[in-house]
Amino acid sequence: MLEILNLLKQYGSLVAVDYLNLKIEKGEMAGLVGPDGAGKTTLMRILSAILPPTSGSARVAGYDIIRDAEKLKEKIGYMPQRFGLYEDLTVLENLNFFSELYQLSKKQKDEKYKEVFNFSQLEPFKDFLAGNLSGGMKQKLALSCVLLHTPEVLLLDEPTRGVDPLSRRDFWRILFEQQKRGITIFISTSYMDEAERCQKVAFLDKGRLIAYGTPKKLKEIMNEFLYEISCDKTREAKSVLEKVDGISGISIFGEKIHFTLREEKLLANIKNKLKDTGVEILNLRRIEPSLEDIFIFLKQDKIEIRNG
Amino acid sequence: MDKESFIVEVENLVRKFDGFTAVDNITFQVRKGEVFGFLGPNGAGKTTTIKMLCGLLSPTSGRGRVGDYDISTQSEKIKENIGYMSQKFSLYEELTVEENIDFYSGIYRVKKVLKKERKEWVLKMADLEDKRGRKTGELALGWKQRLALGCALLHNPPILFLDEPTSGVDPVSRRNFWDMIYSFSDKGTTVFVTTHYLDEAEYCHRLGLIFKGKLVQIGTPEELKGKSVSGSIWELECDKPIEALDFLQKDKRIMEVSLFGINIHLLLPSGEEVTPFSHLLKEKGIEVIRLHKVIPSLEDAFVSLIRKES
Repeated sequence: MLEILNLLKQYGSLVAVDYLNLKIEKGEMAGLVGPDGAGKTTLMRILSAILPPTSGSARVAGYDIIRDAEKLKEKIGYMPQRFGLYEDLTVLENLNFFSELYQLSKKQKDEKYKEVFNFSQLEPFKDFLAGNLSGGMKQKLALSCVLLHTPEVLLLDEPTRGVDPLSRRDFWRILFEQQKRGITIFISTSYMDEAERCQKVAFLDKGRLIAYGTPKKLKEIMNEFLYEISCDKTREAKSVLEKVDGISGISIFGEKIHFTLREEKLLANIKNKLKDTGVEILNLRRIEPSLEDIFIFLKQDKIEIRNG
Repeated sequence: MDKESFIVEVENLVRKFDGFTAVDNITFQVRKGEVFGFLGPNGAGKTTTIKMLCGLLSPTSGRGRVGDYDISTQSEKIKENIGYMSQKFSLYEELTVEENIDFYSGIYRVKKVLKKERKEWVLKMADLEDKRGRKTGELALGWKQRLALGCALLHNPPILFLDEPTSGVDPVSRRNFWDMIYSFSDKGTTVFVTTHYLDEAEYCHRLGLIFKGKLVQIGTPEELKGKSVSGSIWELECDKPIEALDFLQKDKRIMEVSLFGINIHLLLPSGEEVTPFSHLLKEKGIEVIRLHKVIPSLEDAFVSLIRKES
């Protein structure tokens, strides 16, 4: 449904997208994750046939982004970070505007409005000015607008940025509804917890795809053991851990410490060292790495390779 | 806990704007050296509270103390004793790193004899020594963040206010940033963070959850996860997740069903057994690969608490 081949985008000497290859199957939800400046927006704009690539190609919903740009736009719903809602028009007027843009018939319009009001629960607000809606409601209205023409692929650029957790859940509920109907979704986000909700996750860093796969597969990349420890003296425990060979990546989370071990058998030694220092272990358990742990692991790994 | 160890104390604090109550009778304390998170959705009253604590806005009623100073009557003193870092970092992009530091030294009235020493301290702490002459606008976000933090600490304040400090910053820089925050907290600096990003909240020692101006809950992240979610969360791995999702959504006994990658999370009310659902799925021809209980995330806790309130 979406296929990217050796895609390159340069702005002068800056490489925004660096020879990227990626494939998303029909009906899949794939997340594009990376820090600010990684190239997420550039990639979304290229896939929406708004921005031409420097070289390489991509097909979305069966159409080439360069040769069939106009046809492609009919098949996709693209929601940029600053979606062009008309703040001085009402909710209904915004929907009417996009319906006309997509040239929907009266019948299509009636059906679609019923559908979008059903999932967005915006009907009671239809005569409100879009500018007076909350952030979460604006995002739902924008999503409604890009779904009016029944696209096959949704390209969403950080749709939940700055939206509070409750509205974020609501937004994801709508995305799952769309996915159930067979729509393919490519969504960029800087929230790792949102990435966990996708079937496939693409890690983007400095324009390069550093990993791609199901969250489960990505977690298998880490060939080290991750532990969480809580104890009575977090600070002392951290300085003990820092001196142990075979431990890497120590981070504090409030009263807890996460650390990675190269070999599981080193654990007994660590327990003893902590006891000798007078640190009481309240809880020590192996935990599954989060996608954030994986991202950090991949980046650190790269630095080591470069230095070696 | 004796009174001495609290560095911030707020009692029945209220702020109204033309009949709208932005902050509604909140009471809480922050311990010295603690990393305290103030968590809430947009418009919940986080900014109004932080403005009152920083002496920028006077309360409608109630009392508050930051360090040794009263927030209603000694706002000038408070400003000298706190550091503040906003999410926009408030740096001058066209100035160099060093010029930004000099500028903030002036604002915070750092003593002349200390200026050079404090500047070198910031450059070293933020690892910016070899970038001192660079234009700030050219720096990556993670560097800017550390520079902004350094500027907010130039006058050695005992309490530091951070407003969504790591939003948009990459995970590696974020962990480095929190390492620095913990080292200040170890040395006795109190850190007050406002955020609606739950991954930032995980780094705090204690959290206060604010919603519609009211302080709904206060406790460690673990306490909030344990206290707030009524019922149990189960993770289901099966061969046909979309079909299973569709089927489970229709069951009224389940409080919430959502997709997590290829897994499904179910929120069951307390006392409800999970096994019957496993049987029902099997009858539907869906193979259950794994069904196990999971610890609620901070987001689960946050969402449940807010649902209870509204």
